[in-house]
Order: sequence, then structure tokens, then C-alpha cells
Amino acid sequence: MNGNGHILSVRDLKTYFETEDGTVKAVDGISFELERGETLGIVGESGSGKSVTNLSIIRLIPEPPGKIVGGEIIFDGRDIRSLTIEQLRKIRGKRIAMIFQDPMTSLNPFMRISRQLMEITILHLGYTKAQAYEHAVKMLEMVGIPDARARVDSYPHEFSGGMRQRVMIAMALSCEPELLIADEPTTALDVTIQAQILELIKNLKQKTGTSVILITHDLGVVAGMTDHIIVMYAGKVFEKAPTRELFKVPGNPYTKGLLRSVPDPAHEHGKALYQIPGLPPDVAHLPAGCPFAPRCERAEEICRQEFPPFVQLNQEHFSLCHFAEEVYANSRREVEQKQAARQQQDENQR
Amino acid sequence: MKDDRPSNPPEPAKTEPAFTPLGTPPEPPVRSREGDIIHTSPELAVGEGDVRTAERGIQEPLAGTSLWKDAWRRLRKNKLAVFGMIVVVIVALVSIIGPYIIEWTAGFSYDTIPRDVEKIRALPPFRDVNGNFSWLHPMGTDTQGRDILSRVLMGGQISLMVGLISTFVSLIIGVAFGATAGYVGGKVDNVMMRFVDILYALPYMMIVIVLLAVFGAETALGQLILLFVALGAVSWLTMARIVRGQVISLKNQEFVLAARATGVSTSKIIFRHLVPNTLGPVIVYATLTIPQVMLQEAFLSFLGLGVRPPHASWGSLAADGIQNIAIFPWQIIFPGVTMALTLFSLNFLGDGLRDALDPQMRKT
Repeated sequence: MNGNGHILSVRDLKTYFETEDGTVKAVDGISFELERGETLGIVGESGSGKSVTNLSIIRLIPEPPGKIVGGEIIFDGRDIRSLTIEQLRKIRGKRIAMIFQDPMTSLNPFMRISRQLMEITILHLGYTKAQAYEHAVKMLEMVGIPDARARVDSYPHEFSGGMRQRVMIAMALSCEPELLIADEPTTALDVTIQAQILELIKNLKQKTGTSVILITHDLGVVAGMTDHIIVMYAGKVFEKAPTRELFKVPGNPYTKGLLRSVPDPAHEHGKALYQIPGLPPDVAHLPAGCPFAPRCERAEEICRQEFPPFVQLNQEHFSLCHFAEEVYANSRREVEQKQAARQQQDENQR
Repeated sequence: MKDDRPSNPPEPAKTEPAFTPLGTPPEPPVRSREGDIIHTSPELAVGEGDVRTAERGIQEPLAGTSLWKDAWRRLRKNKLAVFGMIVVVIVALVSIIGPYIIEWTAGFSYDTIPRDVEKIRALPPFRDVNGNFSWLHPMGTDTQGRDILSRVLMGGQISLMVGLISTFVSLIIGVAFGATAGYVGGKVDNVMMRFVDILYALPYMMIVIVLLAVFGAETALGQLILLFVALGAVSWLTMARIVRGQVISLKNQEFVLAARATGVSTSKIIFRHLVPNTLGPVIVYATLTIPQVMLQEAFLSFLGLGVRPPHASWGSLAADGIQNIAIFPWQIIFPGVTMALTLFSLNFLGDGLRDALDPQMRKT
């Protein structure tokens, strides 16, 4: 959080997939920066390019059909795109680690937990087997696996989903990476375990000072975890802002729609939950204008004709919309009205 | 979270604790426990952890029930497979030590041609020279007066060795080839598998016969080694296809991506992560390849291309025996029955293993 330089800066990243149906621009000109120790949330619907962005960062895009066609990925001063596979392999797992969505399938079912945890430290830190084994036990204890020493030699199927995700986190943090990419780490888990896992990541992050990129489609998850958020739609960044700013005063109709469609426990009973009309667009055949225009309440003719500009709303707040200023102003006004209303209420009660 | 909705007024002091996932209350019990875990006690992840362990208490950690233990348990329930396994083990053991015991007790080996050949040749089972009952030659003797039991056992050694070594050769080639083709994919896969298709299209027995005829070795041992290689080299094709198919279905699983994301090299991913996952089908197919190869060996030896005298295999014994089938039927019956029994047993065992390792059949 204190500005000792960017650990990662992605500039105009473009990752395309060649399919029979045409070129799918899964990620089309994404830019963002991540400071050391910071947590960045990437939010978006399925198919908005969140995961592709992050696979691109460590060049794990299945190639072919995928290809990073443009942009820069500067990790700690070096462009990931210019590295050889050998150099890249030394970064993967050691300096940039990933946690995947489904803990049920992301551990090798035929390898003992110990061996899977040992593999990475033997590979990257040059540990002996005995050292690696001790380290594996230590890591399991750190992520809260009870009786770690007795369980380290288990097979993955003997662990529950939440525990496997803990093992994945232990594995990811084994080499104390500088950047942790968590790709929907809690999607496959039930809600109580979600909370535990998120809390675990948060605590470990504080301990180790790792920077984190948290990908999710769950706004609740990013709200509690992140410093900055980028909202993605159809392979583009639609809004980029500090977390609280984004939740308070969204400057993009899409973000507003997303926020309105989050189920709220205090939601009025019997009232239908808001949903954004329509479906996410087919990224192989995007319309000329704003990709969100067909679903947007605020859309006008210009939205269908011209691609919207990336408007800077304040120092850290950007929004991709023709009417960004207007939407932003509306959000501010709403906030002020609510605030005023509440103050009124408080005074009345007194 | 709800307080941060744009509709609500911002009040820094209030919004701060409300930045929790999905409307969870500020201090849910789960969270506080979780906090404890990290800093102090390892006592509980049981809240979400392994229920079985929780029930048994942590003092008694769950003993691993691996796939292999499960499979072994199921295999033992399959009577036919157990029968097959027992027969195979007995045949193997007796073949290995039997000839030496006979040599030690009775004084002749499988290739001993007795001095009084004229009298001893072609004795019926359990008969001595005078036609009385005798334990000396339980399977009789052949036309050279050699003990058939010794020869069948010695032939068993060779036949089993051919089966095992050739299968091993085919296993190595097939797994390496199939796994590489499957994992690399694309054009490489295409070229490699078309090569397999071409080999498939050729009549493999012809290849073996040509190989054996062209490279026919000087010594009997050389011939044997050539036989291993030739049979192994033609029976890896199906293995390669099976392994390729398995690898293709496995390589898109997340654990492979996870391994790549931790910087594991391609060869290690193939041989450390993927190949062990294909072991189930590979073992089953290997067990079924053994009898197949043994049968091919018998066929080749029967044609006179396989094992050369003085070595014997079940095939060459049958070839010898068939010449006198009308007069001395035991000369073909004993090697034939032994071979049939062994092949049946291996097939039963292979089928049993397939059922035991088939994930569809797995019960919890």
C-alpha cells in the first residue's frame, strides 16, 4: 500500500483466441498496475476475460488457439512477454503463484499432499527432501490444517474441499511469492468456508506482504478484500477505482447494474432482484460501439456508433463510458441525498 | 457490504467493518475461529474439515484408503480373479524352482537325454520302463526320452519371461509414445498417431516373422532376446492409444495447469503427474497383453521361428508334441493344458483388475 513501486504493471494487454468462428478478443487492451502489498480485485461476468488476463500474466494461455498479441506485462521491471520459457519457469510458482477455482481438481489425485507440496520447494528453493518435507508440514500448519504432520502424507481425496483449497494456498505460498493470483478461489466452496478461506488469504497476505490479484464474479468477496477494483466486460476494463470509491460512487452503468443485482439480506421481501437485461455479448462478434450498449439503460445512439472513451473521473477513478461524468455525478448525488436523508432521520429521532 | 451500496450514505466509521463478504455480520464466529487458527492453535479446521476425522477424534487420524487398497479389496471379492491370481502365482513359482528340484531329486534336467533312450523314449505318464506305476515321469517322456514335466516347467519359464519382458518393452514404448503424443497434441500428435495407424495396418505377425527371419540370431539366447524385442515392438500400439486417450482427458484438468503454474517442466508433468494417473488402465491392459504375447510366442515357436532347442517353450513343446498326437497324445496334452490354464488365469486376472480399477465401479 505504501508506494514502493509497482510489482506488476500491465499495459494494453491483448490476448486473442483464433477459433473457427473468428477471432475471439478475450482480453482486448487491458491496463492496470499493482503496487507491492496491494490487493487488486478483478470483477466481471463469466467470459469477461478475467481468467484469461491472469493466465496471460504468467503466459499459461493454451497456445494455439490463444495468443498474446499485444501489450506489455512488466513484472518487477521485466517484461514477461520477452522471457524465455526457462526464465518464465523460474518465476512461475516462485515469484508469481496461482490459486485456482476448483480445489477438487487442482490437486493431483495420485500424489500424496506431501509430494505435491515438496515438489515446488525442491524445484525453486533447492531444498533437500527432508527440508522440503518439514517445510510442507510447516505450510500446512500455517494454513490451519489440524494435525498437519499426520495428514501431510494423505492423498487429496481424503481432504474436504475447503481443506484442499487450504492445501492449494499452502502450495502457492510455499516459496513466498511476491504476487499471488487467486482465480475465483472460493467459487466452488460453500459460504462459511468461503469466509474462512478469504480470511486466511487476507491474514497470510498481511503476514507475508504478498501482493494479491483476486479474480471473482462475487462483489461481496472483493468488497472485503481489495484495495482497488477493476470491472471487466467483454475483454475490456469498464471501470477502475479504489474499492470504496467504486462501491460508493460507481461511474459506469455496468458497475451500477452489477451492484444493484447483488442479493441483499435486507432486501424487501417479494420484490424481484434487479438483473441486468440480456446476455454477455459474443466476444467473437462485438458491435462497433460500446459492447455493453445493447444491455445498457443509459444507452443512446452514440453508444451504438462509437466506442466509448476511458474517462478519468478523479485521480484514481476511471470509467469506460460516453456518459461517465453524468453517471458519476448521479451516483454522487444519490449518495448525498441518502446521507442527507439519514441525517434528517437521526435528527428526527433525537 | 450492504452499507456500501450506492443507495446508502457513506459514513467512514460505519462502513469500515461492513466491508465483509456478502453481508456477513461483522464478527461471525467462523471468522474469529479462523483468526485463532492462524496465529495460535492448530486445533480446528474441523468446522469445515474432514468429518470422518472429526467423528473419530483427532487422536486417531484416518488411515489412508488409497485407490490401490480399494482396488485390492474389490479384487479379492472377485472369485475368478482370485483363482486366476493363485494359478498364475503357482505356475510361476513352480516353473522357476520346479526344474531344479527335479534335477536335485531325480537327477535329470529338462534337456537330459538318457543313455538308454531306446527304452525310455515316449513313456506314458506315471509309467516306468516296464509299464508299472512310477512317480519318476508324471507327464511321461518325449521321443528323445526327456522328462516332459521338466520341459513343461522350463518352457513355462521361457513363456512367462517372453510374456513379461515383451509386455514390459511394449509398456515402456507405448506409455512414452502415447503420453507424449497426447500431452503435446496438435501436429505432433497427429504425426505420431498416424504412424501408429500405419503400423496397425500392417499385419504385425508378418513383421515379427520378417524381423525374426532377417535378424535370426546365431545363438539360442540371441534368438530369445530378438523374440522379446520383436513381440514388444509390435504390441505397444494399443497401449500407446490407450495412454494417449487418458492423457488427453487428463491434461485439461486443473491440476496440470496448477503444476504448470508452479513452474514444473513439461517432461516432469508428463511422467510425474500424468503417467501415474493413467496407471489403472495401463495395468489392466498390460495384464491382458501378457497372455496375448505368450500366445503369439507359442504361435511363432510352433512355426519354428521362436524358441530354438535345447530351450523349450510351451509353443515349441506343442509343436514337438503335435507330430505324435495320435500315438503319444500326452506329449501335446500336458504343455497345451498348462498353457491354456495359465492364459485363462491371466485373462481372468486382467478382467478382475479392470473391474477393480474401473472408477465407474468405485463405491465409497
